[in-house]
Amino acid sequence: MATQSNLAHQDAPQPGRRDFLYIAAGAVGAVGVAGVTWPLINQLNPDASVLALASIEFDLSGIEEGQSVTIKWRGLPVFVRHRTAAEIAEAQAVPLSDLKDPETDEQRTKPGHEQWLIMIANCTHLGCVPVGESGDFDGWFCPCHGSHYDSAGRIRKGPAPKNLVLPPYEFVSDTLVKIG
Amino acid sequence: MAHESSYVPGNAVEKWIDDRLPIIRWSKEHLMDYPTPKNLNYWWTFGAILAFMLGVQIVTGIVLAMHYTPHVSLAFDSVEHIRRDVNGGRVIQAVHTTGASMFFAAVYIHMFRGLYFGSYKAPREILWILGVIIFVLMVTTAFMGYVLPWGQMSFWAATVITNIVGAIPVIGNPILELLRGGFAVDNATLNRFFSLHYLLPFVIAAVVALHIWALHVPGNSNPTGVEVKSSRDTVPFHPYYTMKDLFAIVVFCIPFAWFVFFAPDILGHPDNYIMANSQVTPTHIVPEWYFLPFYAILRAIDFNIFFIDSKLGGVIFFAGAILVLFFVPWLDTSKVRSGSFRPIFKWFYWLFVANFVLLAYLGSAPAEGIFVLLSKIATAYYFIYFLIVLPLLGRFETPRELPTSISESVLKHSTPVGGADPALAKTTH
Ligand code: HEM
Ligand code: FES
Repeated sequence: MATQSNLAHQDAPQPGRRDFLYIAAGAVGAVGVAGVTWPLINQLNPDASVLALASIEFDLSGIEEGQSVTIKWRGLPVFVRHRTAAEIAEAQAVPLSDLKDPETDEQRTKPGHEQWLIMIANCTHLGCVPVGESGDFDGWFCPCHGSHYDSAGRIRKGPAPKNLVLPPYEFVSDTLVKIG
Repeated sequence: MAHESSYVPGNAVEKWIDDRLPIIRWSKEHLMDYPTPKNLNYWWTFGAILAFMLGVQIVTGIVLAMHYTPHVSLAFDSVEHIRRDVNGGRVIQAVHTTGASMFFAAVYIHMFRGLYFGSYKAPREILWILGVIIFVLMVTTAFMGYVLPWGQMSFWAATVITNIVGAIPVIGNPILELLRGGFAVDNATLNRFFSLHYLLPFVIAAVVALHIWALHVPGNSNPTGVEVKSSRDTVPFHPYYTMKDLFAIVVFCIPFAWFVFFAPDILGHPDNYIMANSQVTPTHIVPEWYFLPFYAILRAIDFNIFFIDSKLGGVIFFAGAILVLFFVPWLDTSKVRSGSFRPIFKWFYWLFVANFVLLAYLGSAPAEGIFVLLSKIATAYYFIYFLIVLPLLGRFETPRELPTSISESVLKHSTPVGGADPALAKTTH
């Protein structure tokens, strides 16, 4: 706009050049500030040493039926539960229509290893570690704000929106599992 | 400020300074001569009490930082070291922790004072908004400070509260990792919280300076809500209010000292004397008392609202409970400032206060049985008060007659009935 008016008024060339310099300097300044700000924010992100702990192997042979352990993966607690036949049957019998976040028991375990339930142990509400073998659905109960999970770790009641999250994992052998 | 400066430099040195940096002139105007309504009651001393508390927290905090170690394996022990080994550390540490509670007690009184006397109304909207900003900064600072001792409550408070951010759709998780500096709350989190906990009180101090600047433009409101009309309505800040404020600070220090010396742990939780453990959550986690009302609101939303899931819903109400305060100056439509002259408003106001206390109680109760339902009702009233009662009441309520000036209202109280000016006596009926 300023340039146009300068073409019309040859007697006042100054403002046009100044406007240009002003905008150009402003733009370079803005890019500069953004370029400096990003590293200052990015330093907050997980660092190399945190990312390095990305995968672990865990030996399941010591866990009896009906027992569960909590291990650590990427700083997060992970439940490894050796489910009883009754718990598996109960989880498989639940109709999907009863679920807030519908998932079958098969989707939450690996074929041939249905007795093993491996889940990140943080409640999907706000991250507390639920208590095992409790709650109204024979699974987990989160004491923080009262979320109930069933024996497949699926949310059944309370403020949590999702089932307990499954980490990426695979069975290296029948007794060795690789998480991450 | 509108009034003329009465400062005359007393000697050549003062004059020399005044010509270069008129700081003495400025101080005299704002800290001594500042015309203050002569009818302020003790609810108006809490601003000064808050300024005092900010100073207390900064001084004790700097001392604690000289002995504290922000590392996951050392933080817990270093706090115990302060309490047991450092000279006077037991008292200094207790002043800082119980000081946070006293600070919040004072800020809640200060805010409820504003809500009752309509202090947020024109021309003091910016003053009020700066206050709400200070409150948000205080909440953030106190939360980060609570994480530093790295006990079980510290750790789980950090986990639960940072997870709130994770409720935001799509960008929630990346932001969550950015905040924590990891996939879980860990050393990186503790370090940055320490850095920010040290920084924020100074940011608060800067906003308090703006807050007081915004106070000194229109001047204080007062219990009648009638603006100052002439110099007969005011007295100089010094000595009248410097002394009154100091007296209030001394009285405020009595319960404060009781906590420090006799019950430094009464407001805390025993679980925080267990070192942080990321594998086990204490069976009953509760925030510090001053966060309980907002925590109850967060928990109250345990149902989905259309496409918004319960978790995001809780977070929206939690944030909304604080954000709504920013809009109070425009939500309250009554032309009358002070609640003392609003007969119906008073009922809703005191119900709001009782409801806020109830929310605090519910925030500490387990999320089961009758408490779940009560939390929903109390949360509803919290929002109804701001979004329905305040806007509508201003239209329907008939306020009581206002005194014509501050002086008149003061004289009405002090003059015996027989000697009262008939013109004044009339307004008492
Ligand atoms: C560190 C925290 C704070 C400090 C140091 C502080 C300081 C003060 C001081 C010294 C005054 C004048 C004396 C008085 O009226 O009591 C004042 C007035 C006021 N403050 Fe604050 N304040 C703080 C936080 C807040 C908060 C959180 C709010 C509200 C959300 C708030 C709202 C107000 C209002 C509306 C007034 C004017 C009252 C009137 O003149 O009627 N303040 N503040
Ligand atoms: S964190 Fe589990 S219910 Fe809130």
